[in-house]
Amino acid sequence: MNQWAFVLAAFGVMAGGTGGLLAWSWPAMRSAEAKAEALGKRR
Amino acid sequence: MHRFANPARFLKIARPATGWLLALGLVLSLTGMAGALFLIPPDYLQGETARILHIHVPAAWLGMGGWTGIAVSSIATIVWRHPLAGVAARAIAPVGATFAFLCLVTGSIWGRPTWGTWWEWDGRLTSMLVLLFLYLGYMALAAAEKERGPDGRAAAIFGIVGIVNLPIIHFSVQWWRTLHQGESIGVAGSSIAPSMLWPLPLTTLGFSALFGAIVLMRMRTELAETKVEMRLRRMATAA
Repeated sequence: MNQWAFVLAAFGVMAGGTGGLLAWSWPAMRSAEAKAEALGKRR
Repeated sequence: MHRFANPARFLKIARPATGWLLALGLVLSLTGMAGALFLIPPDYLQGETARILHIHVPAAWLGMGGWTGIAVSSIATIVWRHPLAGVAARAIAPVGATFAFLCLVTGSIWGRPTWGTWWEWDGRLTSMLVLLFLYLGYMALAAAEKERGPDGRAAAIFGIVGIVNLPIIHFSVQWWRTLHQGESIGVAGSSIAPSMLWPLPLTTLGFSALFGAIVLMRMRTELAETKVEMRLRRMATAA
């Protein structure tokens, strides 16, 4: 049993999970704040 | 605490804090992970798989820490009616759920070569799985309740009641001595050699900073969405 395969899988899952959260939250925040700002300028 | 009840005042701090936490989190977690992968020696008994500890422990800590954040925010919602407390709890929930899930998955990957099994209905593993289900329940309840109005009382009560699972997770390795090993790191010190332990504070601090940054991002998203909704409603009323 190659132990490194398990180590790399675990690190990959952790990096992927955290990166996925960031990739989901950052654009959502930018887009929501841009919409709020655009609407504020329209008034 | 009520100084930050004003979203504008909160955003004045949250905007720069998001970037700083993100940068700090990326530097510390990547350094810690590189150290855990390439610089520490393998364990004499577990071999290379002991490296997984350096990501599994922060994931467990953040899964449990996330629910503590939900419980504190829930108390602030019920006792002080703090307007940002519900926003904070709803922002924490999916992030805490992800780290609880990552804790279970990394633990399972570690368990296969070490214990010879992916999963065991052991006290620690089962109570951690219960925490993940509590997160999912909280998210469903908070989303349903938000659609009905800004009250958030039922989700807040659920957030406070759910904290009963945290001491069960913590003491499970003492109450039910099954498969999961006892504590290696405690208040009194650590049973792990310093040459193998040093990346752990880096990954723990790094992922905690990333957790904080993501929570702030999600809070800012909800505040901006609420602002848009209120302005559109006001414009529709004025038209």
